[in-house]
Order: sequence, then structure tokens, then C-alpha cells
Amino acid sequence: MSHTEPVHLAWRRHAPPRRFWIAFSLGLYGWLLFLHVLAAFSIVATVVVFSALALGLTTDARVLTVSSVLWGIGGLGTLVFGVWLALYVSGYHIYDGWIVAALVLWAIATGLGQRAEREYREALSRGEGTADPRAARSAALFHWLRSIVVLALLVVMIYKPGA
Amino acid sequence: MVAFVRPDAWNFPLLVHVLGAMVMVGALLLAVSALAFAWRAGSPALVRLGYRALLFGALPGWIVMRAGAEWIASKESLTNSNFAWINIGFTTSDAGLVVIVGSAVLAGLALRRAVRGGADGGGLRWAATVLVGLLIVAYVVTIWAMTKKPI
Repeated sequence: MSHTEPVHLAWRRHAPPRRFWIAFSLGLYGWLLFLHVLAAFSIVATVVVFSALALGLTTDARVLTVSSVLWGIGGLGTLVFGVWLALYVSGYHIYDGWIVAALVLWAIATGLGQRAEREYREALSRGEGTADPRAARSAALFHWLRSIVVLALLVVMIYKPGA
Repeated sequence: MVAFVRPDAWNFPLLVHVLGAMVMVGALLLAVSALAFAWRAGSPALVRLGYRALLFGALPGWIVMRAGAEWIASKESLTNSNFAWINIGFTTSDAGLVVIVGSAVLAGLALRRAVRGGADGGGLRWAATVLVGLLIVAYVVTIWAMTKKPI
């Protein structure tokens, strides 16, 4: 008698138990938190990518586009999933001081980021693969201000003052 | 779902860990973008940007993230725990260091070839781009594990 196990039965023996999948599945809270944190990573990635432009490491317009796309994803994601979490989790309220502070910081960071991007696009508009120094300096100023606000936003999110 | 407020003593180590991880992932995204753009255009300036993003962004970010991980794990008495999310975190972070250093070496070699004007180092750029891309995917899974915390 052969000891070879039929393939259609062997896969079942090696299949992970059902509780494995239960442990690795995400409930609504898990999804909201994961997407909110992923969006926050995208916001900080925007700051890192734009820093390359602000430090003069590149003048490639495509890098600016990457930065803009990351802010679009991160900005919208943190806002939507953050507000959803605030409404979903018992003990958090949308009018809590730290949540209001985060929303205000988010709005300031978005405004500064839009200004930085606009200034940098203007700096690149003269073409020839170089940036206009005056507009680039102005863009860098708005970028570093936004970086400070994003850092403050992260501090508020982690410390949750008043929660 | 009821809100969980962590002890105050955990906040700063967590901030260090999360900030390091965010800077590292941001630098990896910058590197993969620059290397991918260079892959099509063959621009030495973009290869240099990808190389610098790995060396001066992703690597310091990794060090801060890893130091923060040890710090917060010791605060939470999780250093020797066998939870799946802790194992996923330490595995991807340790493997990540190898990938970051390896990719930086590949990008550096590609840059040297591009500057010397000989062979364009396209294969090296391609390898570095793919490695960094895969690492970003691994870190998305890690972020999922850190938020879901499967045991």
C-alpha cells in the first residue's frame, strides 16, 4: 500500500486552522485604524519627499507630483478615517480638545502645503531644469513650516492631551 | 469599541518609534520614485537622489525606528514576547536593514557607472528599485500588524 497522500487531502492537512484567519481578519475598528495610520504615513512621506526639493537635491517636477499625490492620499485619508474613528470609538468625541486641535493643525498643514507646492511649481516654471531661487526659497519656507505643523499633529495624535 | 488610553510613560518612546518609521517609509518612497524615474530616463541626478534617500533618509529613519521599537517594547514588557505582531515587526525591521543597505550599495554602484559614463548600470538600478518596492510592501503589512496586533 502506498503511503503517498492524495493531493486533494494533503492540502487540508497543511491548511492553517480557521482561528488563524480569525486572528488575522480585521473588524471595522481595525480597518479604520490601519487606514488612518497608513494615511498618516503618507502625510509624513509627503514631507520627506518635498524636503528633497526644499534642500535643492532635485528640481525634477515629477518628484513634486509624487509629493502632491502623497498629500492627497494622506490628507484625505487621515481626515476621513480619523473623523470616522472619533465617531465610532466610545470615549472619543469629535469635539474633544485634542481632536479639534488635530483638525486645526491638519487644516493649517494643508494650507501651508498648498502654498509650498504653488510656489515650487512657479519656481520650476522657468524651465531649463532649474528652479527660480527666490520662489524656491519661499516654497522651502512654507514647506518647513508645514513640517513643524505635521510634527505637532503627530505629537497630538500620540499624546492625546485631555483624553 | 471602547477607547484605550496608554500610560503616559509609553508616549515618548512610541513617538520616537512611529516618527522613525514614518521618515524611513517616506525616504523609501522617495528612493523608489527617483530610481523608477531614473530607470526610464537614465538620469544620474535621479539615481543620486535615490541613493541619498536610502543612505541619509531611510537608514537613519531605520535606526530611530528600531531604537524606538526596543524602547517601547521594554516599557510594555514585550521584549521576549512571542506575539505574532511583535515577530512580524522585528522580522521585517531586521530584514529591512539588509534590504536598505543592499539597495543603497546597488544604487551607489549604478550611480558610479552612470557618472563614469560607461555602462549605464540599468540592471543595478532595476534591482535596487524592485528591492525597495518590495520593502515598502512589507512595511505596509507591518503597519497592518502594528495596528491590528494579531497574537
